[in-house]
Amino acid sequence: MIDIRDVSKTFRLHNQGGAAIPVMQGATLTVAPGECVALTGASGAGKSTLMRMIYGNYLAASGSIMVGDTDVAAAEPREILELRRTVLGYVSQFLRVVPRVPTLDVVMEPLLATGTPVEQAKARAEELLTRLNIPQTLWGLSPTTFSGGEQQRVNIARGFAYAYPAMLLDEPTASLDATNRETVLTLIEEAKARGAAIVGIFHDAEARDRVCDRQIDVSAFTPARAA
Amino acid sequence: MTRDDAVTPLLSVRDVTKRYGARIGCAEVSFDLYPGEVMGIVGESGSGKSTLLNCLAGHVPPDGGKVIFDTRAEGPRDTLSMSEPERRMLGRTDWAFVHQHARDGLRMGVSAGGNVGERLMAVGARHYGDIRDKAIDWLGRVEIAADRVDDRPTAFSGGMQQRLQIARNLVTGPRLVFMDEPTGGLDVSVQARLLDLLRGLVRDMGLSAIIVTHDLAVVRLLAHRLMVMKDGHVVETGLTDQVLDDPQHAYTQLLVSSVLQV
Repeated sequence: MIDIRDVSKTFRLHNQGGAAIPVMQGATLTVAPGECVALTGASGAGKSTLMRMIYGNYLAASGSIMVGDTDVAAAEPREILELRRTVLGYVSQFLRVVPRVPTLDVVMEPLLATGTPVEQAKARAEELLTRLNIPQTLWGLSPTTFSGGEQQRVNIARGFAYAYPAMLLDEPTASLDATNRETVLTLIEEAKARGAAIVGIFHDAEARDRVCDRQIDVSAFTPARAA
Repeated sequence: MTRDDAVTPLLSVRDVTKRYGARIGCAEVSFDLYPGEVMGIVGESGSGKSTLLNCLAGHVPPDGGKVIFDTRAEGPRDTLSMSEPERRMLGRTDWAFVHQHARDGLRMGVSAGGNVGERLMAVGARHYGDIRDKAIDWLGRVEIAADRVDDRPTAFSGGMQQRLQIARNLVTGPRLVFMDEPTGGLDVSVQARLLDLLRGLVRDMGLSAIIVTHDLAVVRLLAHRLMVMKDGHVVETGLTDQVLDDPQHAYTQLLVSSVLQV
């Protein structure tokens, strides 16, 4: 489902003397449907960079990033938008929403964007918010006023609302208590069971061992630092 | 993506250039905008973004280039070579233009309901009751209470005037909306409400929009794609979050790093 070949990335900082910082070289990995692959490596090794390239958020300098039938490394913006709408989900560490939009609407949005009837989308959003212990009294409020942990859970509910065939998870269990962590791990297992291909970053080693089938150390793709 | 590839762009812009004497307004701008897409144009003052918008919308004749719009009746046509009445009709039906200053887009001496109703009459609506009902419905959508329908916009706050301008523009169901700094000059709470409103309208009506702004936070929330302009030239284009998070051009890097937080 996800097939990454020989991807490289260099950041060029034009306003800092044109410094070129190679951050990745020869990144190659595949993820089959129903499989969860963990990206590992020390902080700064490029886990998030690789994940952002898969999502099309960072441009790859070379190589191919196939997600389903789309090569993210070469696709037009509208092809990537379509991919993100129907194929590739991303649970980031931070919630980014339009202020004043109620939590329930935030969670429903990915479903409405794919043409799910409102009633069905609402039922799914309510189910997820309930499972993630967001009190019903908060559903009508904007999540911008919530605590960090609550925002993270709203973000997860939104990320898992639509059944994407491929998903990217950036520290999905960070800053969660034991009960909610268990819920998130169950959501990941459910997504795998329905055939989703998942790439994740987990600092929580126990969680990683439980849901991931393989680990890829991205340090192997870090270019040797030139002087 | 085979389904998508078959879609005709709603708007195809080719090599649009506008000079003011020796000075460049905008130079050789080309892009395609597809149905349902929102494109943001950012750049500092004087970068040519408003000039470009005015050229595209037919307010300013460009010196060269093509602006091809996929018309309902006849398919793709170059709007620059259309007759003036044809272009004016387009401006009343399929196109809408939201000005930065609501006063430029409203009739200040006519009631709120009249401002909305006038657009309906311009496309042939004649039944007073229907027009009034539709006007009240649209005022409700932009969160203006029905009991304000007979008030003039002069009695409205800046945020309400802007929402009224949007209602007036969208009541005829346009397919393409041009917006020049739609949230400029509004305080942040009103901005947020307007952004939410615009996003909902884009999703529910499937509109395409071109939004000129210097506010990167606004484009991040509203625009699918981004075009960065400097000195009349397009220096970078791409997916909005990609351009903002991984800018390639020196100017875009400077622009993004100059913002407090987007």
